[in-house]
Amino acid sequence: MIQLIKMAFRDLGRNRRRTFFSALALGLGLALLLLIAAVIQGELRTSMDLTIKLQTGHLQVRAKTYEADKSSLAWEDLVAEPEAAAAQIAALAPVKAATPRLFASGIVAVGDETAGVSIIGIDPASEANAPYRDGMVSGEFLAADDRQGVLIGRSLAELLNLKAGDQIVLLVNTANGDVDEQPFTIRGTFATGSPFYDQTTLFMPLTKAQTITRTEGYASTIFVLLNDRDQTEAVTSALKSSQYEVVTWQEMNQLLTQINQMSSGFMVVIYLIVLGITATVIVNTLVMAVFERTREIGILSAMGMRGNRIMAMFFTESTLLAVGGILIGLVLGGIMVAYATYVGFYVGNFGIEGMLIGERIYAYLTLTDAVTLIITAFIVSLLAALYPALLAARMEPVAALHSGD
Amino acid sequence: MEVAKIENVSRTYKIGQLETRALRGVDLTIQSGEFTALVGPSGSGKTTLLQLIGCLDQPTSGKVFVNGKDVSTLNRNQRADMRRGTIGFIFQFFALIPTLTAYENIEMPLLLNGKTPAERRQRVNQMLEAVDLVDHSHHRPDQLSGGQQQRVAIARALVTQPALILADEPTANLDTPNGKLVMETMVRLNQDTGVTFVFATHDPRVIQYARRVVTLRDGVIVSDGAGEAPGMELMAAEPKGVA
Repeated sequence: MIQLIKMAFRDLGRNRRRTFFSALALGLGLALLLLIAAVIQGELRTSMDLTIKLQTGHLQVRAKTYEADKSSLAWEDLVAEPEAAAAQIAALAPVKAATPRLFASGIVAVGDETAGVSIIGIDPASEANAPYRDGMVSGEFLAADDRQGVLIGRSLAELLNLKAGDQIVLLVNTANGDVDEQPFTIRGTFATGSPFYDQTTLFMPLTKAQTITRTEGYASTIFVLLNDRDQTEAVTSALKSSQYEVVTWQEMNQLLTQINQMSSGFMVVIYLIVLGITATVIVNTLVMAVFERTREIGILSAMGMRGNRIMAMFFTESTLLAVGGILIGLVLGGIMVAYATYVGFYVGNFGIEGMLIGERIYAYLTLTDAVTLIITAFIVSLLAALYPALLAARMEPVAALHSGD
Repeated sequence: MEVAKIENVSRTYKIGQLETRALRGVDLTIQSGEFTALVGPSGSGKTTLLQLIGCLDQPTSGKVFVNGKDVSTLNRNQRADMRRGTIGFIFQFFALIPTLTAYENIEMPLLLNGKTPAERRQRVNQMLEAVDLVDHSHHRPDQLSGGQQQRVAIARALVTQPALILADEPTANLDTPNGKLVMETMVRLNQDTGVTFVFATHDPRVIQYARRVVTLRDGVIVSDGAGEAPGMELMAAEPKGVA
């Protein structure tokens, strides 16, 4: 075996440039796939984290009839006495924060400019508001008793050319089906990392939101954040009630989950395309090696080397080529993934309802993805050697010995 | 003892619609210890005959026996096994593996035969001494002269102590001094070890070393008799070719 490896190593060294470029092709393919896998994984994780943090929480307790996409304000669709319910939930050990939130739809009007927004009534003191509080880029955060102030996202402020202290008019749908119109002052602007979210969201204190929408004493949902995502199931069971339903982050983010599943299938296709191209390069290299060494194959065969051993020779070469290519891939891929993990790529305002995407995409390479890719690249390299190895093994010794005569 | 026996062997090559009869019903017996030259012009069937004796090819008809075993019906792997254990080859071109040193080239058949490292070391060193290349053992083929390369090939052919060495035009690519050295080495090893040599050639300077000369023409043996080498014994006197 050692002799076989030694021979294969030297055979690869005969045409160092060709060997290097073949290994480089595999390395580049692997590096590219590592980057793609890491970026997709990173984006999905970031998107899920962002969506949970900003939009859905880990759990929401809401009325069974509540339809989130309609932001219904009918009392029967809302949670009564939400502060008491939130306090009860917050008392559970795995719960990090539980806070009532009221959702309504509205329009911000400034002069002739208007923009549709999702109005969220929040308890300003809640820990669940940390992403907004920490993301303040101008002005101040809301106070619970503020009856005139709102917060808007930086993207919306830029769109309507607004800044902290400016006046806006807000048109709000109310529980009885009317539209109320009131002036508000912008207390500050925030940036959450999702330009889409920042452009479509407006915060005001819960009590003011209840007043303006005629839903005093009600909230759309109790927004719950857990210390650990894995405790979702346990807390859901503990919160089961006949009056309200408990919706988990998985149920609220089905689109993301589906995209996650789709991306797995998509990745397989990308793997096949990239590694298929790489395999072609390896096949080409080894077929050329077989033709260049036809006479040597004849000599070895004349010495009594069996076909399976001749095949083993080419598989060993392919294995060494694969090891070299994988090492190159790991170095190149490592550099690219490290850059994408720590610096990220700027993508700007890119998001859809139900899936928040940060303005920068950061990669996240899982050990499973890395190992899967390395093993796949290795197997593909070995499969690529099958045809050249068979070609060599099936050569008739006489014809091989007289090749080139 | 018969090392190889050819019985009424024909070999026809088919290229497209064209059939070429390289051998036509040849009979030949090679006894152990012979130093035999197959001679004849190009296309006479010398190389084909060597390939059939060497289990590299199979006859279209007739039978080939090596060490008493019928090899004409063996499959690919069985023929490879037969070659590995019984036959050594020396080719016209210096058939060495260019990435291996002289030592490693000689060692290769022993590796294929599954010999232990100690056995390999001992045999390879013996052979290097026998062909006077101890000082060149770690040279690669491109660092050796043509004559040295052919001596490495001889050592490699002999290292497994086969029953039979087949050499196809072993001096064709060598100048006269190197050709002489190679032939003298082969003669010496034949005398020292008793191994059987059969070589194909049309070089009169080489034929003079043979103790038996088998002449082929157009695929038949036209004469089979004693060579010019001193001290030789006549192995077979009658022509065996059948047209």
